Amino acid sequence: MSHVDPSARLEGKASRDTERSLKRETKAQIASFVFMIFMTSTAFLTVASDAIPTGFAIPFILLLASVQVIMQLYYFMHLNSKGNAWANVMMWSGLFVAAMTVASLMLLIGVTKY
Amino acid sequence: MSNSSAAQKSVVWDWLTTVDHKKIGIMYFLAGLFFFTIAGIEAMLIRIQLMFPEMAFLGEQTYNEVLTMHGTTMLFLAAMPMFFGFMNFVTPLQIGARDVAFPFVNSLGFWLFLFGGLLLHVSYFTGGAPDAGWTAYAPLSTTSEGQGVDYYILGLQVSGAGTLMSGINFLVTIVNMRAPGMSMMRMPLFTWTTFVTSMLILFAFPALTVGLLLLMLDRTFGGAFFDIGLGGNVVIYQHLFWIFGHPEVYILILPAFGIFSEVISTFAKKRLFGYSAMVFATMIIGFLGFMVWAHHMFTVGMGPVANAIFAVATMAIAVPTGIKIFNWLLTLWGGRIKFTTANLFALAFIPSFVLGGVTGVQLAMSAADYQFHDTYFVVAHFHYVIIGGSVFGIFAATFYWWPKMFGYRLGEGLGKIFFWLFLIGFHLTFFIQHFLGLVGMPRRVASYLDGQGFNEMNLISSLGAFMMAVAFIFLVVNVIVSRKNTTNVTDPWDGRTLEWATTTPVQEFNFAQTPLIRDLDALWYEKMNGNGKIKAAEPLDEIHMPNGSILPIIMSSGLVVASFGVIYEMYLLIALGLLINFGCMFVRSIKEDHGYHIPVSEIKKQGGES
Ligand SMILES: [Cu+2]
Repeated sequence: MSHVDPSARLEGKASRDTERSLKRETKAQIASFVFMIFMTSTAFLTVASDAIPTGFAIPFILLLASVQVIMQLYYFMHLNSKGNAWANVMMWSGLFVAAMTVASLMLLIGVTKY
Repeated sequence: MSNSSAAQKSVVWDWLTTVDHKKIGIMYFLAGLFFFTIAGIEAMLIRIQLMFPEMAFLGEQTYNEVLTMHGTTMLFLAAMPMFFGFMNFVTPLQIGARDVAFPFVNSLGFWLFLFGGLLLHVSYFTGGAPDAGWTAYAPLSTTSEGQGVDYYILGLQVSGAGTLMSGINFLVTIVNMRAPGMSMMRMPLFTWTTFVTSMLILFAFPALTVGLLLLMLDRTFGGAFFDIGLGGNVVIYQHLFWIFGHPEVYILILPAFGIFSEVISTFAKKRLFGYSAMVFATMIIGFLGFMVWAHHMFTVGMGPVANAIFAVATMAIAVPTGIKIFNWLLTLWGGRIKFTTANLFALAFIPSFVLGGVTGVQLAMSAADYQFHDTYFVVAHFHYVIIGGSVFGIFAATFYWWPKMFGYRLGEGLGKIFFWLFLIGFHLTFFIQHFLGLVGMPRRVASYLDGQGFNEMNLISSLGAFMMAVAFIFLVVNVIVSRKNTTNVTDPWDGRTLEWATTTPVQEFNFAQTPLIRDLDALWYEKMNGNGKIKAAEPLDEIHMPNGSILPIIMSSGLVVASFGVIYEMYLLIALGLLINFGCMFVRSIKEDHGYHIPVSEIKKQGGES
């Protein structure tokens, strides 16, 4: 038995199942792409419009941004597909530790003592 | 370029270029042992200085340097690398893998650690070692004279980069390279603790990197992060350091927990009691390890609510740790216990570590900590957990895995002398330091006056330290005189886990055929329910192996050159060092290297069973 070269091109046609799931994925990607354009324009309008106060605009577009990052990671960078559970665990626990650290540092090094 | 077999190389060249996890593991262990010896000698110097009041054995400046180097070396360059040695050697064997996921990165991690450690020690010869304590608190570190602290910063940065890489490597290895049937909940506990430890490294080391970077900017490049006059804040450094520092102590204890779990269940001839509880407790300890850093800073003035929160979180860690202690005791319960040296260390660990844990909870009470802070009570506490936990773990693992790693058994007679001398010396040295702290002796101070009631206790403590030194000599003698014990080294302890199913010395490809794992304690299951041999998960086939590379050494030395540039503010040297480093990365990226294949005939010749 000879060894397989992992970098070799795949040959032959994709199976029915693969084709179906690829189609489904394309659909999901187009949908999320449209949704992301919608969010980007919402963010733009929030900043451009005079009717919305700055105090609301900044947290709002930050929220939109984080939603977009998550969608990017899951729909376009395939974090939602099988076999990525550990990558998910690592990323979220890393984010959790970092966020908690920053939050508590902001509370702890100020002039006010708790 | 895929050549059919590895070219014959000289032994030295082979070790310098190796990407084999077993050789890297052995090098990690030996380098760790080397630094352990240095730091041990420093400990002796400290204890000689403190033996009698107003001793002038070391000057005050030298005392500060020796004290700093003792702590830094023991934690970063001795204990951690020795654990890394065992992790490297044992973890791939325990999960039935041929190597770690990234053999090249593994070798790079080792050489970065070694060169970083050596860089730190160069400071002794260039006008003074770092003298600001292993924590290097600002502003003491930012205002320290000379280049000592610069060596500390750069040395730890370089070796820290290596540690971080190795941690990521272990994570990927354990997630991706387990043999068929080795589910997460069938992994031996040492592999589990390696996994959680690596997670802690991944999340904790960046905080240290940032803290050291800010220190470097302040010291060398005119920054003002910790300069109060310019609006800086010195407490931020303490936070950054302990956000790293507390997980670091769990990085030091979790692998030891794994080792004790293996050793105790092997020598009690019983399956580990409460395996899933042990795994869960390990994860909880790792998680809580990130929630408690400020217990090192109770007296900094964070305020009562903050102190209370961190106090309660700290005490909570006693719960999963207690679960572990009871599981070990219940593993021993009713077992056929064999008192080998490895097991003696494991058994002595339980009461010693509990003592350290009890004083830990005492220190966690923030109100009481105002009394304990910066006294010898703290010194006694952390030596109880680090020696009674980590170092006992290292010694247990040394006796337990030595046959597999080096091909001969360490003598049990000399081993037991070593154990008893070390155990008694350790308690003699540090038990009394609790009381030294309670009567008010401050830590980190070079001397003390006569007539304060410190004299007798310090003398006893120093005598205990000498006893530990004598014990260590017995270990060295043991290593030398036991070389003839080359019989019964394949499975000397009637082992339970997969590493004992390999040959001794372990073949470079570990397993001729990837093993099939049918239960927790894979080998024991086959001994009880099979023919005592691990089943193969694949037919015998040629094996793909990675080629060795000299690049890791060149890359690491490039970073050392750049570090000297930073220390002496020679910008050309920085550029040169980085050029070497990135040049190597470039070469590594564009040069195709597909490794080589070991043909079936060669595998059969090397005794791969089929
Ligand atoms: Cu701590």
